[in-house]
Amino acid sequence: MAEGRKTMTYVRYIDKTREYYRSQGYEKPYQWAHFDDVPFTPLAKPLAECRVALVSTGEVEVRGADLSEDENQMGNVGGVYSIPSDTPEDRLFSASHSYDKHATTLEDVNAFFPSARLHEAVASGRIAGLTDRFIGVYNAYSQRRTMERDAPEVLKRLREDGADIAVMVPV
Amino acid sequence: MSLVSRYLEENGVPTVVMAAARDIVEHCGVARMLHLDFPLGSPCGEPFNVAQQRDALELAFQLLETAEDPRTTAEAPFVWSEGEEWKALVFTEARPWKSGEDEQDWLRKKELYKSLKAEGKV
Repeated sequence: MAEGRKTMTYVRYIDKTREYYRSQGYEKPYQWAHFDDVPFTPLAKPLAECRVALVSTGEVEVRGADLSEDENQMGNVGGVYSIPSDTPEDRLFSASHSYDKHATTLEDVNAFFPSARLHEAVASGRIAGLTDRFIGVYNAYSQRRTMERDAPEVLKRLREDGADIAVMVPV
Repeated sequence: MSLVSRYLEENGVPTVVMAAARDIVEHCGVARMLHLDFPLGSPCGEPFNVAQQRDALELAFQLLETAEDPRTTAEAPFVWSEGEEWKALVFTEARPWKSGEDEQDWLRKKELYKSLKAEGKV
């Protein structure tokens, strides 16, 4: 039984990556963000009346379209961009390398960017609607960059689009 | 992503984070997290398993409806269909996180970040 329980344990990535990168010759461990206080906004109205935004760090792109808003926005550096929420799912893709390529695939965007599932939720009346823009955020080494530039930009776009809530998906 | 979630919550927007890397999100601290115990890259359900992805999103919605306090984590009751072997192998020599072109791309972005930082652009 103990063995069974052990195999059900989730991966501790902070410890795992620290060991892994040390073995790769990187001595200085990454300092993952940590806070004692956590802000919380209660849901103010029924979901069926809520307009929903999708925010992703999955480096999602649209085939045949250039979504970049700054030549220097990319993974590791940071940056915010918009993805039209009515983009057909077969035009969405990600070329991100930041996933477990040995265990899974990014070939189905809905496994990390649930666009089609959100459209279904609108069709069924579970939620009122979606924002016109879904939001892409690039990961950044600099937590200050994320806090001072990218997070306020996400909030600005959500407000412009009348978002009531956000579904947020790190890849 | 956790940092952005926190910023939105501070500014009146309820959020739910759907994540595979539970420890990283909890270390930062967010209002609500639905944890899928799946490999990095599949935080919203298994690829091509539409029914499961639908259930996952519904669980995220329910978390928005029911959570009363910050740091509320819900565990999705899904089991990775190919077994749990990936958990022991992720971030090991047997399964290098990045190699070949991926690694070169990562190193290139890292260097670019350093140069942009030196120029005061990030």
